[in-house]
Amino acid sequence: MPKFLVDNKEIQAKQGTILLKACLDNEIYIPNLCYLEGIDPPSVSCRMCFVKIEGERQPVPSCTVTVKDDMVVKTDTPAVRQLQRTALRLLLSVHHVDCKNCQANKKCELQRMAKFLKVGLKPKGLERHLREIEIDRSHPFLDYYPNRCVLCGKCIHVCREKNGQSALTFSKRGFDTVISFYGVKDLSTFECENCNACIDICPVGALILKESKEEFLK
Amino acid sequence: MHEELTPEEKEALKHVVSKFDSFEKQRGNLIPILQMVQNKLSYLPPEAIKIVSEYLEIFECEVFGVATFYNQFRFHPPGKHPIKVCLGTACHVRAGDIILENFERKLGIHAGETTADKEFSIEKVACVGCCALAPVAIIDETVHGHMAPSKVEGLLMRIEIEKEMEERAKIKDESGR
Ligand code: SF4
Ligand code: SF4
Ligand code: FES
Ligand code: FES
Repeated sequence: MPKFLVDNKEIQAKQGTILLKACLDNEIYIPNLCYLEGIDPPSVSCRMCFVKIEGERQPVPSCTVTVKDDMVVKTDTPAVRQLQRTALRLLLSVHHVDCKNCQANKKCELQRMAKFLKVGLKPKGLERHLREIEIDRSHPFLDYYPNRCVLCGKCIHVCREKNGQSALTFSKRGFDTVISFYGVKDLSTFECENCNACIDICPVGALILKESKEEFLK
Repeated sequence: MHEELTPEEKEALKHVVSKFDSFEKQRGNLIPILQMVQNKLSYLPPEAIKIVSEYLEIFECEVFGVATFYNQFRFHPPGKHPIKVCLGTACHVRAGDIILENFERKLGIHAGETTADKEFSIEKVACVGCCALAPVAIIDETVHGHMAPSKVEGLLMRIEIEKEMEERAKIKDESGR
């Protein structure tokens, strides 16, 4: 079993374990959004989970590395923090921050990371770039908030795991990228109503059960 | 929202579907099949996405996701007067996006859409090869260089007027006989 050092703490993990997971399991927090056990290859889309590994010239995303014997890892060098803060600021620059009215308030990964990295939720100096559509109500059981979505892709993955194929997909690209449920009305074979896997996995408040929303509005 | 296919479109769709057999049922064939459909129908209506999804056994939503990633696919029939606004590097630098915005606002549609009367559609394109004239817009087949927001209305008006004149000429023709 590989033994290695993270922030001067000795850790052991099974051969083949992803470094990010090994750290999280040992109460060493590394900001992350898109890593999910079993996504292979990892999507590496959020660029939050950087660490410095001795011998590597640049910080690397820890969700792409498996643990090795005698590895020496630092999770909080200035270079690492700078990359993470920039990534978070960029994410927030396309985010409609309105925590008071958001279901994820207080259990939101963005809030957690912002606090941890000491980044304000409304960072200055970056142009705000919001999508026109605030809520996509095309799904029979859930509502989707494009301006809260961090495009981590976890919802697509869990849906595929459960149902063989995913009823959710990324559509469009660049700034316009959103999750789409195109054609979902025909998916009578899907047990969306009793599933909720996508809602549960969403690290922010981008997917919301329809009923709860209606109750909320009453 | 989506209108029914015209009889011609239905016929064209039937015709392409009969050619699906030449493609193996493989995920890798999704894009070639979509291209074939669009060649015939000039856009991808929901009916076509559904048929392709059934043929390749890929969920409709995934077919849609893939198709929306590419600029070449459209989801609305092109208008009678397609408007292409260049957002290539030179035109971008010279504020092509403002020209686009003006067309969008004047016509009340977004890029990739078609007006309800099917007269106009707007498309974003990358460099059309006359950067010296940036920013550039192409209406029908005519290139309009050095575009300015103030020119947008005039160009659209001209098309309207031409249309009216044609109609009047037609009426005259008919009554003249
Ligand atoms: S997703 Fe998180 S950061 Fe965004 S509004 Fe909701 S609670 Fe706030
Ligand atoms: S809806 Fe949630 S889980 Fe899905 S991509 Fe967006 S942030 Fe991730
Ligand atoms: S968790 Fe590693 S890049 Fe997102
Ligand atoms: S960039 Fe518009 S014509 Fe070249």
